[in-house]
Amino acid sequence: MTCEESEILLHALLDNELDAGHAREVEAHVAACPRCGVQLSQLRAVHTEMSSPQLRFSAPAGLRARVEATVPAARARVTATPYPMASRRTLLRGFALGSVLSGALAASLMITIMRSDQDQRIMGEVVTAHLRSLQVEHLTDVQTSDQHTVKPWFNGRLDVAPPVVDLTAQGFTLLGGRLDYIDGHAVAAIVYRRRNHVLNLFVAAGAGSEREVKTETVQGFTVKSWSDQGLSFRVVSDINAEELQEFVDRFQAAARQGASL
Amino acid sequence: MRRGPQHAIVLRDPQHRLPRKQEAERELMVDNATIDDPVKARRFRDAALPHLDAAYTLARYLLGNQADAEDAVQECYLRALRHFDTFRGPAIKPWLFAILRNVCRTEYARRSVVDLRDVNAELDKSDNTEPLWGEAPETPETTMIRKLDAGTIQRLVAALPDPFREVIVLREINDLSYRDIAEVIGAPVGTVMSRLARARSILRTAWLAEG
Repeated sequence: MTCEESEILLHALLDNELDAGHAREVEAHVAACPRCGVQLSQLRAVHTEMSSPQLRFSAPAGLRARVEATVPAARARVTATPYPMASRRTLLRGFALGSVLSGALAASLMITIMRSDQDQRIMGEVVTAHLRSLQVEHLTDVQTSDQHTVKPWFNGRLDVAPPVVDLTAQGFTLLGGRLDYIDGHAVAAIVYRRRNHVLNLFVAAGAGSEREVKTETVQGFTVKSWSDQGLSFRVVSDINAEELQEFVDRFQAAARQGASL
Repeated sequence: MRRGPQHAIVLRDPQHRLPRKQEAERELMVDNATIDDPVKARRFRDAALPHLDAAYTLARYLLGNQADAEDAVQECYLRALRHFDTFRGPAIKPWLFAILRNVCRTEYARRSVVDLRDVNAELDKSDNTEPLWGEAPETPETTMIRKLDAGTIQRLVAALPDPFREVIVLREINDLSYRDIAEVIGAPVGTVMSRLARARSILRTAWLAEG
């Protein structure tokens, strides 16, 4: 590989956009070429500096309020309801909309609304647990990328055996596991990383095998929930909903494969 | 969805502000009257609202000040909601950012007195030729990248020519993949890569000059 080629590919290496073969080639070139080596280390330093949260802005409250006002019919969501009474108002609005909704849809809407108080609280706890894990540098109790170390670690600490799958090849690096508490119960927290983002997957004993994945947004975090074989799963992260869905798909596929072995 | 011309040079002119807020509010009323599908509205809300901070951040870097960024983001969300039917996925972020970028560019096009085509031609030439923006030819091996405070980094980023600034912000600040950046700026991944390489090279040189 020439320096000219490497000059472009250095960036792709830095950005995790290279396949394994090209990454090895670039790394080999960089190791042998002092000039490209210095360049890579400088670029990496700039890259690291620019991951600082101080370079990101938060939308001003006024802007958020104006944008939220553009979708008035959707106020039902946990995203932007600081008032606990909101769900009741939504219930009424749901009935007011009855003329355009089918009876079945209205009924399911009502079930959703009725469950929302408890769900909302649990969702809040899920996000809080996620934030806590990021803030107190207590991301993992058992830190390893080896699924065969994480899974037995939960033995004796929990009344469930959570499936632990390594999704590194699919772009979600397994960081380890941790005990956490949601809704007053000890749950397994399995931690993954996607680029700079942390994903917490909470696994607890649950009812049913509701494979259907529910998506909620809480305080800007996406939470996806589903159940499978007597376990309830909730994954939370600040990556976008599509990427999180990709995680869910890959996790479910891998967990099913593991179960059938 | 097709977007307009692939590049534009942006000119800063903070004195000249348009009454876009009133305009946006008028559109808002129209939208309120036409959004009669609560399921659709909720889907939009769930998908798009989590990216509000990221969208505002991008607008801040593209437009350089809070007031313009707020206006642009608000208009972006209005347009996105109106055209939500055309969103086919998979990822909403690049779709949303492409709209935001268009809003920002439209604003600049209105302010600009420069013929964009001339600038684009200049830029296309520069994409594949020798450094045009005054990079340092060689970096001494002993030079280290020092830590800089956020304000200084923002100033260095703001000094980048727009086509380079947008790719570096989309990559480093908004954390988009090359494919997503390509979607946002409506250019091939190869163009994203060469611009990003150039952008980082300029930024690195400026960074070393600070240190």
